[in-house]
Amino acid sequence: MDDLASKADKRAARTRWLLLAPALIILVVAASGPLLITLTYSFLSPGDYGGIEWDFSTDAWFNVFLQRDIFDDTLSFADAHLSILWRSVKLSLLTTIGAVILGFPTAYFIATRPPHRRDIWMLLIMIPFWTNLLIRTFAVMELIRNEGTVNSLLIWAGVIDQPIQILFTETAIMIGMLYVYLPLMVLPLYASMERLDFSLVEAGYDLYATRFAVLRRVILPLVKPGLIAGSILVFVPSLGAYVTPRVMGGGKQLMLGNLIELQFGQGRNWPLGAALSITLLVIVMVALIFYVRAAGKDEVHHG
Amino acid sequence: MAKGSGFDIRRQWGFTPIALTCFALLYLPVVLLVIYSFNAGTSIAIWEGFSLQWYRSAWENQQVQDATVRSLVLACWAALISTGCAVLAALATTRVRPFRGYAAVFAAINQPLMVPEIVTAVALLILFASVKVWTGYTGLGYLVLAHSAFCIPFAYLPIRARLQGMDLNLEQAAADLYATPFQVFRRITLPQLWPGILAGAMLAFVISLDDVVITEFVKSAGQDTLPTYMLGQLRRVVTPEVNAISTVLLAISVTMVIAFFFVSRTKK
Repeated sequence: MDDLASKADKRAARTRWLLLAPALIILVVAASGPLLITLTYSFLSPGDYGGIEWDFSTDAWFNVFLQRDIFDDTLSFADAHLSILWRSVKLSLLTTIGAVILGFPTAYFIATRPPHRRDIWMLLIMIPFWTNLLIRTFAVMELIRNEGTVNSLLIWAGVIDQPIQILFTETAIMIGMLYVYLPLMVLPLYASMERLDFSLVEAGYDLYATRFAVLRRVILPLVKPGLIAGSILVFVPSLGAYVTPRVMGGGKQLMLGNLIELQFGQGRNWPLGAALSITLLVIVMVALIFYVRAAGKDEVHHG
Repeated sequence: MAKGSGFDIRRQWGFTPIALTCFALLYLPVVLLVIYSFNAGTSIAIWEGFSLQWYRSAWENQQVQDATVRSLVLACWAALISTGCAVLAALATTRVRPFRGYAAVFAAINQPLMVPEIVTAVALLILFASVKVWTGYTGLGYLVLAHSAFCIPFAYLPIRARLQGMDLNLEQAAADLYATPFQVFRRITLPQLWPGILAGAMLAFVISLDDVVITEFVKSAGQDTLPTYMLGQLRRVVTPEVNAISTVLLAISVTMVIAFFFVSRTKK
């Protein structure tokens, strides 16, 4: 047995890289490699009609945060970029908070169902997650647009006589992102809650804790890793969202993803677009490092 | 588990109503979208009777036909290539001792899950813009390559999960009986791995079919897929035709997801 196993191991070592080659080649050509090119482009000068000139320049990075006044050459913060960055962070945080408020009770509800029914409830969460993001965004847009279902119903009921403008506002973007990313909050929270030891909850009640005290002092600390994981899983795609702000913001309320696109379209400033997308990547990577740490703690926590 | 009569320790005030509202809100917009695809009128909010006219108009729309064929061809290629790569990669990285570069390989495979889509999309736009100029080739190849890359992790994860749960003894027994490594793979590993491969391919297919962002940036002129066609339509007056297309795409995705759910469940 041992001999065979070691022989198999040797064989695996020889063939390993051969087996990995197709996947790695595709990933290097169409995933990792292009990121390096993007990084390079962020240090070049913009071409007149898009594209780049091969001149080294740090202007793009400079322009991410600062702007030079064209008349008196003074420096100031790039207000337009910073306000879009701030909007991206703000809306992503609000979306995350909304997802916690809706997702926590939902995950708890599923985790406290009888075991054989939990799978079906989770399937109900998973189906929207695996269906087209554009279609789901579009479905919400139809619901809240001026001539949409919500406004039509309110007008029909006599509550309002003018449609409420929700679409193309920040609120609309947030509603859209909350809708499309909510399953990402429920998944890790459910994974934590499913393993929750309810004898600890019972002990809390034995010690005369109120329901809220049990929730805050017993349940919340135990599912904290799932809560952190879920928050990051919602925050990260929200920050890099492109489709939802484009559809719900209607090109009026830009987020970081739309600002990046703009540099490759009308803006014709590829190096700035490259620098902005590397900035986004760095923010996301920092968030993911927190996630990995939280996930690591989770494993230790539950042995 | 109940403590005394009527005291349920699992209960938290208000959680059940919030959860049920959450499920309702998750499905309400999509259900309305589907309902209005059957609207006889041109509105997506005022019901004017049942009709299949929007399905007919979508069916007869040349652009929609082209986009549909392109989406399906692309999704098939992407699923085929990414699943093939993922099977080989899973065989190389599962049930083996940690090797040098394992972490890097794992990170590379999962990169498309971590990097925001817009960043990858822009990076591919930059690369392919130059390649298109150098080679003059503007065909579907770029989209196939891009889709295959971001589908690899989705195909890889279920295959790897299946492989990890498999019994090594059978393969060793086959090897004891003088089966060549290829015979072992073909006759023992592959049949057991099949549900994982099927699940991976289905996920890859759905992920490719649904992609908007990367397709939008990589496609050459006149290479709309269904999602990018729909994104373009949203700038104009929206008619239930978009709802009809959405409904068809939804039907495909939901069928695939439910099939995936049962395929991955059979391993237990």
